[in-house]
Amino acid sequence: MTLAEATMDAGAATSPQVPVLRVEELCVAARTEGGLKPLVQDLSFDLRKGETLAIAGESGSGKSITSLAIMGLLPQPAVRVTGGSIRFDGHDLTRLSEADLRAVRGDRIAMIFQEPMTSLNPVMTVGAQLAEAIRAHDPVSRTEARRRAVEALRAVRLSEPDRRMTQYPHELSGGMRQRVMIAMALALRPEVLIADEPTTALDVTVQREVLDLLRDLQRDLGTAIILITHDMGVVAEMADRVIVMRHGRQVETAATAELFVRPQADYTRALLAAVPRMGQGAPRMPVTTDPIARVEDVVVRYPLRGGVLGRVTQNVHAVEHVSFEIRKGETFALVGESGCGKSTIARALVGLAPHQGRIEIAGQAMEGLDPPALKAMRRRVQMVFQDPMAALNPRMRVGELIAEPLLIHGIGNAAQRRDRAADLMTRVGMEASQLDRYPHEFSGGQRQRICIARALALQPDLIIADESVSALDVSVQARVLELLKALQAEFGMSYLFISHDMAVVDNISDRVAVMYLGQIVEMGTHQQVFGDPRHPYTRRLIDAVPVPDPAHRRRPSPRLSAETPSPLHPPGREPPRVVLEDIGEGHLVGLPT
Amino acid sequence: MTGPGAADAAPASALARLLRRKLALAGLAIILVVVGGAVFAPWIAPFDPNDQMFDGLTLEGAPMPPGGKFLMGTDLLGRDLFSRLLFGARTSLVIGIAANGLALVIGTLVGITAGFFRGWIGGILMRFTDLMMAFPALLLAICLAAIFQPSLWIVAMVIALVNWVQTARVIFTETSSLATRDFIAAERTLGASTPRILFRHILPHLLPTIIVWGTLGISTTVLLEATLSFLGIGVRPPTPSWGNIIFENQTYFQSAPWLVFIPGTAIILLALAFNLVGDALRDVLDPTQRGRD
Repeated sequence: MTLAEATMDAGAATSPQVPVLRVEELCVAARTEGGLKPLVQDLSFDLRKGETLAIAGESGSGKSITSLAIMGLLPQPAVRVTGGSIRFDGHDLTRLSEADLRAVRGDRIAMIFQEPMTSLNPVMTVGAQLAEAIRAHDPVSRTEARRRAVEALRAVRLSEPDRRMTQYPHELSGGMRQRVMIAMALALRPEVLIADEPTTALDVTVQREVLDLLRDLQRDLGTAIILITHDMGVVAEMADRVIVMRHGRQVETAATAELFVRPQADYTRALLAAVPRMGQGAPRMPVTTDPIARVEDVVVRYPLRGGVLGRVTQNVHAVEHVSFEIRKGETFALVGESGCGKSTIARALVGLAPHQGRIEIAGQAMEGLDPPALKAMRRRVQMVFQDPMAALNPRMRVGELIAEPLLIHGIGNAAQRRDRAADLMTRVGMEASQLDRYPHEFSGGQRQRICIARALALQPDLIIADESVSALDVSVQARVLELLKALQAEFGMSYLFISHDMAVVDNISDRVAVMYLGQIVEMGTHQQVFGDPRHPYTRRLIDAVPVPDPAHRRRPSPRLSAETPSPLHPPGREPPRVVLEDIGEGHLVGLPT
Repeated sequence: MTGPGAADAAPASALARLLRRKLALAGLAIILVVVGGAVFAPWIAPFDPNDQMFDGLTLEGAPMPPGGKFLMGTDLLGRDLFSRLLFGARTSLVIGIAANGLALVIGTLVGITAGFFRGWIGGILMRFTDLMMAFPALLLAICLAAIFQPSLWIVAMVIALVNWVQTARVIFTETSSLATRDFIAAERTLGASTPRILFRHILPHLLPTIIVWGTLGISTTVLLEATLSFLGIGVRPPTPSWGNIIFENQTYFQSAPWLVFIPGTAIILLALAFNLVGDALRDVLDPTQRGRD
């Protein structure tokens, strides 16, 4: 095989100056009814040995398509390379046959994807998948492949690598799965690793560990990395050079430090300005009005049944003895990582999750209400979901969707409801003439505006925003956050803002509660929690946020590879309860246990 | 992708958009012809469908092939096939539309209720559905038909009672996945009533499935009626139906192929026509498909 021989020569001769991968005037287009639609246009870059090149951009910028083109994984024939070349080791990857590409793929250019669960085969053990990937490219014995697989798992710092080999993907946490993916990608020591949003689906503390790991491995192995991301914080921490893409074209390329200090293109400047940063939240006047919602000692548990008799074997302790209150006109934020119970509280507040304890809205307890009273209470609390496409019925027109809350509660006649819907559309920055369109005809940001208009229709006292801006591009996110602030100033309602993104919470909240494993571990005003974090978990969360500033020096953080504690407990057992202590001016901190 | 210009045209009514599709028009035309033939059978039919004509057989006593005096030939007893087909359409339409429609309605109601409420209501409904599925449909139909006096409407009811189970299963699965979607959760937080969620928000999403199962059911039910007739518990001879014309004559398939081919083609065409209209209807009613006409 000439390719393999060429590898040997190239491997010996490669110097840091010679590019490993050279992309020249790459064009990729998709076939549509209206002819070819360009997805990537005239993209050129070099990737040198051992460097990290970030391709940054918002959705639709063509960054993922570029990575698929390099891997030869474009969904042909609908999407194909229409021009240019991808030079790797003397070959043009765009012209290689599928069989030759397969020899390159995985072995010499490897890729890790955003969602580690869907990239692993759920019915094969981790060990079998790793060994298979190794044996697909190297003709080694089963035992040798196994030995190398364990070694790879150890290299990505997974605890108990021997036991992991026999486990299935669902038995591992998200961070562990992504490490397995990295182990699989690096087991064959590829020259190029393409990481497509490798940490987007992970919690910040896990993201931190995975990014550290990638950097260490790169130093040890000398792999060149193409990092595809929308997160400028990740770019600042990881990349040597950056390419900013928009609408399939390169907008700007520069060394990372240079780009952040002196961005040349307007788009780059706008993109950097839109990135939420920690510590930018303006000092706010404390809100001292009466509470609009009060949550007292709320507990939500889900039983897990098992065995022949379907007995409760374990309880998921989603929310454990949580108490807080939200005052009129304030923004109260709940932060925490996935599975900490923050969304469950939101669901309990709107009556979607059965709970113990007491929830009061405007002085009225939710428990023991008859259906009409419950319906009346629902008018006061509205929710904006994370994914606006999923939260809007795709078969209804936008006008119907916005007017529907009014219809359900029997407010006004058809003409009045339509006028109100038109009014709400303009309030959220859209045009009333778009009322007859369907949700799929709008962009993600516009759809979220429609959801907000819908939540506003009943003039609620409290709007729950459950990760409402997490799925949006940063520039869109910034505008939606501005809209939320403006609406609050105009109508004076309160927000319960739920997010995993510390920087966003820092920018919008008046008061903050940090949740961990179903309990609040720290709560206080925005200045108290972000300015003077006391609980170790809060500190860890804040430290883990990638800072969009290449000059920022990070404190070395302890590397945790232990499994996260589980919210599962057998019946009758309860997790240790966090006791909150007031350390002054309402700053509540959980005592270390 | 819909550009700003694409949606500028005033949204045409669903019917107008349906009529703009050639295939749907062809389907509608076939259905109209069959329905017209059934309704006006006494005036269109050249002969009495049950009249065993002397000149309807050859001298050797074989059925006459198509052409000449008998447009589609005659059957073994010398009856005019064309006339029998016209009158048979009445039976087959009742079975294919009424019986099948009723089965669809029962299946949808059971499936949507069980899928949405789950819990013990859903459990009981779905276990009952599984029980019904476990019985051979034909055996069940024979039992039911034996209990009641055979007549066209009883046969239709019997067919409906054995044919709803598959629909119920499919609708159950779809409903239970729809019920966990965010937009249903959003409706609940708005305080929408259960009927509103079920019929305004879930049912429209089930339409494509219902339409496909409905059109598939037409040919199945028409043939099931023929099977029942063949076993002597369906429509009583000499009343014609498309199914029993095929069954009566299938043994002479080699010497008189038209006796099987012509009614068989009629069943296929009718099912195809409903399928074309159903497909078009599904696309027309789905706003995300707009612009792909």
